[in-house]
Amino acid sequence: MELKEKLISSFMAFEEKVDVATELHDLRTSALKNFETKGFPTKKEEAWKYTSLNAILKNDFSIFPKKESAIEIKDVKKYFINDVDTYKVIFIDGVFSTFLSSTTHDGLDVCLMSSALTKPKYKMVIDNYFNQIANKEDSLTSLNTAFAYEGAYINIPKSKVVEKPIEIIYFSTGNEAALMVQPRNLVIVGENAHVQIIERHQSLNENPVLTNSVTEIFAQKRAIVDYYKIQNDVQTANLIDNTYIAQKQESRVAVHTFSFGGNITRNNLNFYHQGERIDSTLKGITIIGDKQHVDHYTLVNHATPNCESHQNYKTILDGNSTGVFNGKIFVEKEAQKTDAFQQNNNILLSDKATINAKPQLEIFADDVKCSHGCTIGQLDDSAMFYMQQRGIPKKEAKALLMYAFTSEVTSSIKIPELKAKIAKIIATKLGVNMGFDL
Amino acid sequence: MLNIKNLHASVEDKEILKGINLEIKAGEVHAIMGPNGAGKSTLSSIIAGNENYEVSEGEIFLDGEEISEFAPEERAHKGIFLSFQYPVEIPGVSVTNFIKTAINESRKANGQEEMPANEMLKKIREKSELLEMDRKFLSRSLNEGFSGGEKKRNEIFQMAMLEPKIAILDETDSGLDIDALRIVANGVNKLKNENNAVLVITHYQRLLDYIVPDFVHVLMDGKIVKSGDASLALELEEKGYDWIKQEQEA
Repeated sequence: MELKEKLISSFMAFEEKVDVATELHDLRTSALKNFETKGFPTKKEEAWKYTSLNAILKNDFSIFPKKESAIEIKDVKKYFINDVDTYKVIFIDGVFSTFLSSTTHDGLDVCLMSSALTKPKYKMVIDNYFNQIANKEDSLTSLNTAFAYEGAYINIPKSKVVEKPIEIIYFSTGNEAALMVQPRNLVIVGENAHVQIIERHQSLNENPVLTNSVTEIFAQKRAIVDYYKIQNDVQTANLIDNTYIAQKQESRVAVHTFSFGGNITRNNLNFYHQGERIDSTLKGITIIGDKQHVDHYTLVNHATPNCESHQNYKTILDGNSTGVFNGKIFVEKEAQKTDAFQQNNNILLSDKATINAKPQLEIFADDVKCSHGCTIGQLDDSAMFYMQQRGIPKKEAKALLMYAFTSEVTSSIKIPELKAKIAKIIATKLGVNMGFDL
Repeated sequence: MLNIKNLHASVEDKEILKGINLEIKAGEVHAIMGPNGAGKSTLSSIIAGNENYEVSEGEIFLDGEEISEFAPEERAHKGIFLSFQYPVEIPGVSVTNFIKTAINESRKANGQEEMPANEMLKKIREKSELLEMDRKFLSRSLNEGFSGGEKKRNEIFQMAMLEPKIAILDETDSGLDIDALRIVANGVNKLKNENNAVLVITHYQRLLDYIVPDFVHVLMDGKIVKSGDASLALELEEKGYDWIKQEQEA
């Protein structure tokens, strides 16, 4: 049975474990219909021109894991930010792990989507926010909505500055021969509140995984949100990340995406402006090789005046890997004095690596500042010579240069422990030990 | 120490050096002067091992060892230092971390242990004071946003840290104001001793007021056409290069 059919028939099984007499379930049902009509995207669609899901969809994915699995802390400790205390919302094969998590209801909610979706006290919030900013037309988002049940639920009240970062990690254990998981996260950050969130998806063995994740983030007036995505998964893991962000006036939201692994990774990152003087930052580092594929598909929808957006994506491709950057900036007629900036720099280390880069600016206002720049190149010879002249061997010089290339992105990581971790991952990816923390 | 014999070199089939002979002994300061396009920077790049140039003929000896096939880092490990005319910016890597890496890579290549952290710090402090560098400067990204003068001062700081046998200063005076020039020259003079040597490459005589050469060579059209002592530099400053050209043609 094809995956699409399997999913549709699994929906009935899913309905047996959830309350179907709810508005929520009406959303699920209509979302399923949309997915049924549209199916998985194909390369015929402009938005999926460079990314094919065909090969992945041939796997016989389990939709619901049959057995619960346990993980020892020592086996997964390295995936956490260890040097700093954090809240943790941890899932194993899509199921919440009480043992590994550290949630809270003390002054803020860091807990489970499954509770939020079912408990009466969350009903109003769910009614107001759940599936409000997610694109209802998008087939993969709809597929996620249809099965929406588990994920992280984060609600930060007005003026709360969350001292500890929040880690959301989805582990898959390989207990199933092939597993599909569909996490659904909801993040609401109140007026003047401030939060830092780290999201990671990690397979613990080589059995194929397909993650189709949807995250909705609402930043209220003057809220500050720093969101970091770490994608350093094994070669058999596939990730489709659909993130939707709605920003109210004077809020600042920054999303950093670090794509260092996985088989196919697709990041759909969408920002919607709903107020003036908003600041949006989208940054990414992609370092891949072999046959890996990473596709960044970004949208910033400038709908209101006096807002800024800053995009900066750095890509280093080796082997037969493929990178895609499609950055769409949409400036509506009302969005005067928009300042939108987009930068995408790519380095190809191998003749067989490919980058498809496509800036897309659609501007309907007449008093705006929009700029974009895209470069594709090799490593700078004169910089290599300079470092070698100082006694630094070719391999290390190359690594330093690549690190330097990514520094515009790493420099804005606000959690020092995370910054050190990312630098370490980069050094490992580049196969060097510099003798200092990059 | 450095002995260049009949060196011919080209880039993209264009011959730039047409038979250079130059011997530099320990304790000496040499200057190479010449008009633009004479091949001055090419010569310094080739000594340091830039792979964009092809040595078609001739040899380069360092302490009796032929090095013209060596990679740039191997030459650096053996004690060749080139102060760049245009130092490269490396964002995200601090001056301190860069020089630590450079020193320890050289030590590793020469079979030594890494320099202990306290020794490294002491040396960094000492040498940065010699170059009158602000402490804050050391934690900035290498050359990023540095003024022309800061870049050159940073080059000489690195030279001071690496203690090369032979230091080649390629147009180190360009972009320097008079104070920076004095500091840089003072740094070079303090590092100079009986066991090392300096090769100054310059268009103007200005730097040679501060770093006084034992020998001055005039490079024109890929060849050394005249050699003399420090007074030759003054003569060139006064009369320009045309008279040498005429002397050659006569």
